[in-house]
Amino acid sequence: MELLTPGIGLMFWQAVIFLLLVLLLGKFAWRPILDSLRIREESIEEALRAADEAREEMARLQADNEKLLAKAREEREAMLKDAAKMASQLKEEAKEDAKKITAKMMEDARAGIEAEKEAALKEVKDQVAELSVEIAEKLIRKALGDEKAQKALVEEFLADKNLN
Amino acid sequence: MNSRILKNNHLKVRSIFLAIALGLLFFNFSFAQSESTVEQAEEAEAFNPGDMIMHHILDSHVWEFWEGATLHLPIIVYSKERGLEIFSSANLYDEHHNPVEYKGYTLEHEHIVRTDGVHVYDFSITKNVAALFLNSLVMLLVFIAVARGFKKNAGKAPKGIQSFFEPIIIYIRDEVIKPNIGHGYEKYVPYLLSLFFFIWFGNLFGLMPGAANLTGNIAVTATLAFFTFVITNVSGNANYWKHIFWTPGVPLPIRFIILPVELIGVITKPISLMIRLFVAISAGHIVILSLIAMAFIFQSYAVGIGSSIILVFINLIEILVATIQAYVFTIFTSVYIGLATEEAH
Repeated sequence: MELLTPGIGLMFWQAVIFLLLVLLLGKFAWRPILDSLRIREESIEEALRAADEAREEMARLQADNEKLLAKAREEREAMLKDAAKMASQLKEEAKEDAKKITAKMMEDARAGIEAEKEAALKEVKDQVAELSVEIAEKLIRKALGDEKAQKALVEEFLADKNLN
Repeated sequence: MNSRILKNNHLKVRSIFLAIALGLLFFNFSFAQSESTVEQAEEAEAFNPGDMIMHHILDSHVWEFWEGATLHLPIIVYSKERGLEIFSSANLYDEHHNPVEYKGYTLEHEHIVRTDGVHVYDFSITKNVAALFLNSLVMLLVFIAVARGFKKNAGKAPKGIQSFFEPIIIYIRDEVIKPNIGHGYEKYVPYLLSLFFFIWFGNLFGLMPGAANLTGNIAVTATLAFFTFVITNVSGNANYWKHIFWTPGVPLPIRFIILPVELIGVITKPISLMIRLFVAISAGHIVILSLIAMAFIFQSYAVGIGSSIILVFINLIEILVATIQAYVFTIFTSVYIGLATEEAH
């Protein structure tokens, strides 16, 4: 029975000492411990959140990079296309020019040749005319020694002229 | 894989040991009975295990660490006409450890009484009070050291004594207090941590040889339960009291039945805490002391060895019980506070 009857002295000491213990532990042990735990937990949470944010930032940057790359690729393609077009246009133009130049050169050449021909022909004609005159002079000189011959020649000449 | 085999082996070895121990016990039981019944009757006269056990379980005015090493603790008594009186309990014993009268006081079954029959209040530093001081001192030293560790290793990994207690503190906070109290649990954490570690340390110290049965004393458990009662009812909100006095959502006649039941519940909650801790710890001590007593009852080495082997396992179980009881007291106190602070839903 004595086991079941709480002694007043022990109850008194238990109440006093335990309350004192709670106060002292609360002030010198639990408060610093719980505070440090809270600070540590907060810092861990903060670090995790920062890591998450960094990861998101990274993903966003990567997406941006990809977009930029795609854009660059597109631009390059467009530039290449433009360049090709330009090149072919230039080629075309060059060809056209060359053709024109050739044509002009040929024209010039033809004109030159014509002129040369004309000149040559003129010279030939002149020479022929000169020769003819010389020959005619000589002939005339030889043939027209006498009257009859002169007369005959004139007549023949005239007849020839008419034929021409 | 490997560890499972090892575990199985451990279990096997353990059960073999247990079988041997029990075998020895029963073998010697019959053996001792047949041979020395007369002797035993004589021994029973000299050695009373019931007295021995009660002497160890109950409080005392001296602290006997072992035979011959006795600490006489101070006696503090208060009576109306003589006021406060303080003297050493050594004055109440003669050299043969028999109680003698001193200043009109004498000891009767470890209780201090006045020879003239006047009632006195005994506030002596008994064995349990001394153990209470020691327990509190150790707790202060340990947890201030832990707090210092937290300060020193701020922002670093825990070290030393801090790394042993930190997971326990976090476990009690996050698994015992937080889910049971819920919103606004923070202000109860310091008290409940103190409560848990006080009971745990007290239980473990009580298991040491020569130590006091502090947490197995009903005065201690009653005081702790009373604190739970006060905290629960002081923090009780309107919703809590409404549920007790005028349970909503119940037909009117039944409310009159529920009211006394709820009022009884307010009292029985802390009483169950008081009895559970007291019984669990005292019963454990009685079992251990009974097993020790067996060797002296049977006056046999074999029984002594057998009961010692069992004692090892009982002691391991007691260490487990010491932890479980501290956990249970804390979790129930948290549950009661949680019920009292719960908002209407």
